[in-house]
Amino acid sequence: MDSWPAIDDMAAGVQKAELRAVDLVKRSLEKIDKSKEYDALISINKEGALERAEAIDKRVAKGEKIGKLAGVPFIAKDNFLTLSGKTTAASNMLKPFEAPYQATAINKLEAEGAICVAKANLDAFAHGSSTENSDFFVTKNPHDKTRVPGGSSGGSAAAVALSMVPFALGTDTGGSIRLPAAFSGVVGYKPTYGLVSRSGVVAMASSTDVIGPLSRTVDDAALILEVMSGPDELDSTTISRDKKPYNDLLPQIRGQKVGIIKEYFDEGLEPGVRQVVDDAIKKLKSAGADVSEVSLPSLPLALAVYYIICPAEVSSNLARYDGQRYGHFAKEARTLQDSYKLAREQGFGLEAKRRIMIGAHVLSSGYYDAYYKKAQTVRTKIIKEFEAAFLKYDFLVGPTSPTTAFKIGEKTSDPLKMYLVDIMTVAANISGVPAISIPAGMSDNLPVGFQIIGPQNSDRKLLAMAKAFEGLK
Amino acid sequence: MSKLSRDAVLKLADLSRLKLTAEEIERFREELSAILDFVEMLDKVDVKGLEPTYQVTGLKNVMREDKPRDYQAKPVDLLKGAPAIEKNQFKVKRVL
Repeated sequence: MDSWPAIDDMAAGVQKAELRAVDLVKRSLEKIDKSKEYDALISINKEGALERAEAIDKRVAKGEKIGKLAGVPFIAKDNFLTLSGKTTAASNMLKPFEAPYQATAINKLEAEGAICVAKANLDAFAHGSSTENSDFFVTKNPHDKTRVPGGSSGGSAAAVALSMVPFALGTDTGGSIRLPAAFSGVVGYKPTYGLVSRSGVVAMASSTDVIGPLSRTVDDAALILEVMSGPDELDSTTISRDKKPYNDLLPQIRGQKVGIIKEYFDEGLEPGVRQVVDDAIKKLKSAGADVSEVSLPSLPLALAVYYIICPAEVSSNLARYDGQRYGHFAKEARTLQDSYKLAREQGFGLEAKRRIMIGAHVLSSGYYDAYYKKAQTVRTKIIKEFEAAFLKYDFLVGPTSPTTAFKIGEKTSDPLKMYLVDIMTVAANISGVPAISIPAGMSDNLPVGFQIIGPQNSDRKLLAMAKAFEGLK
Repeated sequence: MSKLSRDAVLKLADLSRLKLTAEEIERFREELSAILDFVEMLDKVDVKGLEPTYQVTGLKNVMREDKPRDYQAKPVDLLKGAPAIEKNQFKVKRVL
């Protein structure tokens, strides 16, 4: 068996003692062992995972009810705090860090019987679009080892594409779930802002950070959302959810109003990607969707807005890494000031430094209004254009990325070139709306992602649409 | 925009509590200037009548009862990663 069964079937199998959690974990560990050359993982929790699996099998034998994810192995991006092993955020700053508590998302998954088998590579502190900014090593694309898997959740995307686990966790601040999902050929889902608690996840840009699953199917993604979503008093930005399940999807395309985002089809779009996305749109039409083109004229500004807001929030969130309480510290420092500056100089990579300093610049007095406040006001303009579009359309669609996975090293010498990779994903983040990338086909043997975006809190509907789309292939 | 001066980069590094190497200073003069040039496209955007958005879902002043709760992390766990502790407190280098 190369790929995994549906997650709900697996959990049901473990609950009925038809499958053993121990076997699922062993299978995951074997697959991990066979896929070392891709460098997708930072740490593996072999003993801990097997222990948990044994405990679950014992509880099943005693007739206990385990939960919706009984015995299902998963991998978390290494910016989720876990009690077992280290949590590094792929940074030298947190290289020695052992978390004193665990992310709410992990607690919720474990409470339903899921088992974290490993932690995945990422761009350090999730700053990047390729995992090349990892302070440790670069993850390779499962479809072509000379190419990047996308980022920043590149290790998570590669892990799912390589069938190490049925699902992995990622974070999406400007596209960091959807982009690697598109590049690696898996489903990547960014929920509505606030739907999933971020307590215990290394903060990047708090006004756009969300947590979500990378998986093989939309059904699996929906089940993971069902388990993780809901208010948490440890994250005051969480929003309430209704009682209806997220994973009871009624796929429907006929009659749905779908807007093709005009701005995402300009000359920057690779012909091979355009071909796959055009075909996807044709399929939606033949299945009865009411499809037409829609223009959101301010979308080309979204990336500039993002690269002011994001560094501003990064500079503030990363101020906590001071070399005094946890993480990297500078032994040689003699004064307090020096101990801050040296620890941060040594612990942060180039991209973190860039963002911290850009953030300091756009927030400093004299520049605040021109940069930060202006960006937040253009953000309002983009949000209003989305709101206007969603009065006419149920969903907006387009490519997830203008290109397929690029070569390792192709964009590392020019940070701005790397930023442009996020051009089609950031708008959903600055607006807080849900969006999903679904594998839509291949271009030159590389996966192409199709993106569907819905209004805030349309997650259930969006997942149902995505499932229907998935069924069209 | 013209290239950021050496002093401007050093000031940002100081605000950010970073001790840059000579090579990094030159590198960041180029790179940070290029990024600031890129975001300059927002200058000309007409935003008359619009307010900035800081929070996208409209939540405001989320309150909870101010009482201690049993927390997963214990003091001993919170101190274990520190370079120096004394009497259950973080110990820092001399200030002057």
